[in-house]
Amino acid sequence: MMRIDCPHCGPRGQVEFSYERTLDSVVTLDMEPAVAVARLYARTNPRGLDDELWRHGLGCRQWLVLRRHRVTHAIESVAAFDPAVHR
Amino acid sequence: MSGPARIGDRDGETLRFIFDGVPMRARPGDTLAAALLANGVGLVARSFKYHRPRGIMAAGVEEPNALVTVGEGGRTEPNTRATDLFVYDGLVASSQNRWPSLGFDMGAVNGLVARFLSAGFYYKTFFGPPSRWMVYEKVIRRAAGLGKAPTEADPDRYQHRSAFCDVLVVGGGPAGLVAAMEAAQAGERVLLVEQDRELGGSALRDDIHLPVTAAGLEKAGVRILTRTTASGLWDHSFVTLNERLVEPGQRPEAGRPAQRLRHVRAGRIVLATGAIERPLTFAGNDRPGVMLSQAVRTYVHRFGVLPGRRVVIATNNDDAYLTAEAITVAGGEVVAILDARTAVAASRFPVFTDAVPLATRGTRHHLTAVEARVGEVVRRFDADLLAMSGGFTPVVHLHSQAGGKLDWRADLQAFVPGASLQAVTSVGSAAGEIHPIAASAANLPDPKHSFVDFQNDVTVADVDLAWREGYRSVEHLKRYTTLGMATDQGKTSNMAALARLAAVAGVEIPEAGLTTFRPPFTPITLGALAGADGGGHAAPTRCLALHDHHQRHDPLWQPLGYWFRPRAYPVNGETLHEAALREARAVRTSAGIVDVSTLAKFAVAGPDAAAFLEMVCATGVAKLAVGRGRYTFMLREDGMVMDDGTVWRLDEQRYLLTSSTGGVDRMEAHLSYAHRVLAPQLRVSVVAQQEHFAGIALAGPLAVEILQALIGMLPPAHMGVARAEIAGVAVMILAASYSGERAFEVYAEGMSAGPVWDALEGETRRRGGCPYGLEALEFLRIEKGHIVIGAEADGRTTPHDLRLERMLRKSGGFIGRSALDRPALTTADRLQLVGLVAPDAAIPEGSMLLVKAGSPPVGHVTSAAGRVLGGGAVALGLLRGGRERQSEALIASSPTRGQHVRVTVVDPVFYDVEGTRYRD
Amino acid sequence: MGSLMRYSAFALLRGGLTGQRHWPRAWRDPAPRKHYEVIIIGGGGHGLSTAYYLAKVHGIRNIAVLEKGWIGGGNTGRNTTIVRSNYRQPALHTLFDFALNLWEGMSDELNYNVMFSQRGALFLGHSDSDMTRLAERGDALRCAGIDAELLSRDEVHKLVPLLDMSPDARFPIHGGMIQRRGGTARHDAVAWGYARAADRLGVDIIQNCEVTGFSMVGGRIAGVETTRGGIGADRVGICVAGNSGPVAAMAGIRLPIEAQTLQAFVTEPVKPMIDTVVMSQSLHCYISQSDKGGIVLGGDPDQFPSYAQRGLPPRIEKAAAEAIALVPALSRLRMVRCWSGTTDMSFDGSPIISALPVEGLYLNGGWCYGGFKATPGSGWCYAHLLATGESHRLAAPFGFDRFAVGATIDEAGVGFMPQLR
Repeated sequence: MMRIDCPHCGPRGQVEFSYERTLDSVVTLDMEPAVAVARLYARTNPRGLDDELWRHGLGCRQWLVLRRHRVTHAIESVAAFDPAVHR
Repeated sequence: MSGPARIGDRDGETLRFIFDGVPMRARPGDTLAAALLANGVGLVARSFKYHRPRGIMAAGVEEPNALVTVGEGGRTEPNTRATDLFVYDGLVASSQNRWPSLGFDMGAVNGLVARFLSAGFYYKTFFGPPSRWMVYEKVIRRAAGLGKAPTEADPDRYQHRSAFCDVLVVGGGPAGLVAAMEAAQAGERVLLVEQDRELGGSALRDDIHLPVTAAGLEKAGVRILTRTTASGLWDHSFVTLNERLVEPGQRPEAGRPAQRLRHVRAGRIVLATGAIERPLTFAGNDRPGVMLSQAVRTYVHRFGVLPGRRVVIATNNDDAYLTAEAITVAGGEVVAILDARTAVAASRFPVFTDAVPLATRGTRHHLTAVEARVGEVVRRFDADLLAMSGGFTPVVHLHSQAGGKLDWRADLQAFVPGASLQAVTSVGSAAGEIHPIAASAANLPDPKHSFVDFQNDVTVADVDLAWREGYRSVEHLKRYTTLGMATDQGKTSNMAALARLAAVAGVEIPEAGLTTFRPPFTPITLGALAGADGGGHAAPTRCLALHDHHQRHDPLWQPLGYWFRPRAYPVNGETLHEAALREARAVRTSAGIVDVSTLAKFAVAGPDAAAFLEMVCATGVAKLAVGRGRYTFMLREDGMVMDDGTVWRLDEQRYLLTSSTGGVDRMEAHLSYAHRVLAPQLRVSVVAQQEHFAGIALAGPLAVEILQALIGMLPPAHMGVARAEIAGVAVMILAASYSGERAFEVYAEGMSAGPVWDALEGETRRRGGCPYGLEALEFLRIEKGHIVIGAEADGRTTPHDLRLERMLRKSGGFIGRSALDRPALTTADRLQLVGLVAPDAAIPEGSMLLVKAGSPPVGHVTSAAGRVLGGGAVALGLLRGGRERQSEALIASSPTRGQHVRVTVVDPVFYDVEGTRYRD
Repeated sequence: MGSLMRYSAFALLRGGLTGQRHWPRAWRDPAPRKHYEVIIIGGGGHGLSTAYYLAKVHGIRNIAVLEKGWIGGGNTGRNTTIVRSNYRQPALHTLFDFALNLWEGMSDELNYNVMFSQRGALFLGHSDSDMTRLAERGDALRCAGIDAELLSRDEVHKLVPLLDMSPDARFPIHGGMIQRRGGTARHDAVAWGYARAADRLGVDIIQNCEVTGFSMVGGRIAGVETTRGGIGADRVGICVAGNSGPVAAMAGIRLPIEAQTLQAFVTEPVKPMIDTVVMSQSLHCYISQSDKGGIVLGGDPDQFPSYAQRGLPPRIEKAAAEAIALVPALSRLRMVRCWSGTTDMSFDGSPIISALPVEGLYLNGGWCYGGFKATPGSGWCYAHLLATGESHRLAAPFGFDRFAVGATIDEAGVGFMPQLR
């Protein structure tokens, strides 16, 4: 039960959030079909840090980018999703 | 007089309890174990495999032997540790796993053939077909298991609570009390939890001065929870606590729960969890009358019970000498202290150095003698109690659960907490402030009867055997022998096992391996885990805003996810089918109303609303005129049809999107993703409104007339929008048809929709119509060939599969477009939507479509119904290459239901093919 | 007196009379050789069964199984021991039923009692719609020659007397669908049994040997780097379940797989009370009783990527709540142990048994939370692939390229997001 510090709501329990996908799996509508499909189905899935998209569904309902370690569950950073930064 | 007994008089024994049918008395504050000892009971249980007689070995949660069943009826709790249960008046307890009685147990015959039942014996025999194994299994299962579960439902309630604190202190012994006070005085919010009924820890056992009292702590603002076990330490200092408000089997006060589970988020955690004493390993170390030395002191000092009068003490450390003192003061005689060390300080007791116990002698109920090796000589001591101390094991479970490392201390022969990944510190004996000991010698003359895991009957011989056969890692050893996997979770066996493993491997203990620690620290009832969500609350129940309006007609209710929706409104003893057919016919011939409130509804507004909708919807949207709507569908990113519904342009920049009931959460997340992540630059707002509006669909040839009567004007044209009032309530009317008749969806705010339903129902009934439910709705939409999410659109079908490809927006730019070109999505042999008809018999829904009997399925029936008007059955299905198989004859086969029906492939629309009935 | 190589009741008798002194090691502990024809990375049930069939069926003698820890320490030792083949999708039920047939002869084949108990795998239906879904699945199975039987409410009650049969139960029982050939097995014994049998056929099982990289020559696999040195190989088969991603990454390959935690727990042992495996069509909760007497329970996965093998308490609490709703008598039983495995969630929920885009490198993974029941079938097909370079006909639908091509096999119909599965 991780503690996630939502930039809008403050520290909350993991139950309020849902994991959605990795940041590098986001497929925009202007991508070439082959590129889009490849992005959809390929993951690095590291035993370490990764950038993940989570949603604070039972709170502010906003999209967050978590940089999180998949073995220790240590959360390096939480930020509101920002297309200028995260795409 | 020999055997255990109460010290002093017995006047204070005011509590009455029963053990194995025998009435006994106990003092308030006694554990069941203490009370049994005070009543002279030595034999309490039978061991799991060999049914050896067992008594009480410890005084706390680490007890492996004294398991009893307590409580009655639905409060029966098997496998309860007698040492972890405080006697209450009226307690009923009985021994387990014995027949016909504890004293004379047939299961003891296992002990006679023990040599053949060594660890893992069952892997080496019982071969043959599975049916033969299952014959053996029946016998094994009956012999296995300890207590018997209750059969009645649990009458008690359980609560969950959340808590937050700056410091969580686990353990109310001397170290924990000090840590709690220090934190409180530094201004931190402190929560102190203690699994016992009282604070004090080791001070309850020995005369240790406590610098801090409960009252002092409370004055300093510390919140104290007793009878509360810290069960698990999860991510980020999240701790689950199990609080017992009553003892196992005890009836709670009226209206109060029996247990609470608390979810605590702490700033930091201090573990003052103490250390557990290690047994010694020798033949017959499992006999009644063999106890842990500190447990003996606990019984003497805390409970006023002397577990034996002629006592042998066996130890490898100084602590046990305190037990000698305690015994003597209480009036017992210390016959010998067997000290494994070669040099010890002078003592007034008869100490034998370089001395270890070899074996015990006794009856089923009591110990009578101890055989020991003293130097080179074997000596025998008559005794009725053997108090053993093999050193101490710091309780590091929570530290380890949190990912903390363990360090090996050779001087203590113990693992102590090392570096932690979380904000967790350990203090006191949990941190390694325990007596040092030396590594034990490996030679044991009788490994077959020297127990390592008492509860699972695992001996030193079993450990040796596992090693011999190559099960050498700790986990293999544990799983092969089952040691450490009993209800005591290895608290008194892990170190002994590691020590033996290390000895036979010829390495130090840390090289032999480490045990892993998993929650819970002590076992927790499933009822406590479920909390208030047990039983009827295991899933929410969602009722329609118009629930009471439906309930008036006593409908058959249908669950759809968490919702309950009317399935049909039978009258005059109608069956479901009769009612649904009547309702559907009413829709086709006069009119009907159905509650469609659960449909997903999304308000999409803003200058870029149309552009947004065109991202999500695979059909055209942007060209919709104000006041008009159309059917639409949405694709998943992989091109599969994910949901369908309608989109309406209410205003220049305001749209309403509807979609399926079951897909509400999915669609909400999808829209949010499309908006916030894919196209945050679009100026649009999306608001989910499923619960806000109640929706009533009015359908039938008389629908126009009915609606006009209520709103006082001409209703909107097909796929048009209008705003009006019904019975004084503002409504929005969307002219859409799902049934195939002229129809209108009437939306009103949920809380105000009652009069709208009443008005519609009144006008409808007056013209010979009626309310209809989901069953009738199914009949109607199947005839019209409308697909349903979850049936035809099963998450594996593309628009082309469902004959929707002509509606795909040619300009593209919608989610899912890029995945649609993948080669396997356009092959001719894909499962494709077809219609099926049968002249007489019903077509079984879900049945397989076969070319001929016995051939492999080429498709299946997704939705089936009888024709509403006229005879015969119709169905929708998915058929390989179905679009090219018009007129083919197939069999719809359901072996599980014994139905096989001849069907013919047709276009998937059976009623009003030209589409005239629902238009103006 | 010679060592007791072959297990039998007679051998047990001899063993008991001679103080159990003559039992040999179940498998050797060899040092790795310089080169093998086939290296299998991963010493779980699938990897070990692959090695066994490579030796037994294909006669290959130069095989190594490299296991980073102790064999069977991954998901093989952490699952809820359910064996069944009643999946809806033909490609899946065909493969799983092939495995089920192998289960039926496994103990004798391996001369190791895996305690395969065909006590039935029962799915409960809680509504008419559930029952139709179960009937559809049953019909698909029966048309494929696989056993499936619809049960009425009363028949379900007879099978599981402790179910809450009251009409206003939160999950009322409408009936069920049972596969009588399904049931449970002793999971550790499967790993040990295959290990011992493979070892007897000359397979080197090398524990405490973690693969840290691949060595390539001319774009082709030449071997592996490990914590015990470099080892050459003609072909390398990855078979590491939850760790598929990190191992494939060592060869520069990204997989349609995400690691996810799945928890399970067991109660203290009690006398027999549940005689079949109880699952639900609409709940994720499953209940069975081990031969030792503990009730084994599982529920929803944790639904976010993790290798921590440490789970979310709410999942356990929800599984307990649903279990009690189904079987109220469970309320006073105590959870004594809970644990987690790391499941390899593939992006259509079906396994990948396939060559990878690097020549000489193969993958068997993506079994999500359904791998244990497939153990012998998975090993059989993977051995076929590693031995011949061609997919076994049962494994042909499970190629690595099916995602790019659009030929996914999606039993649940939820698409590529593992957390929705």
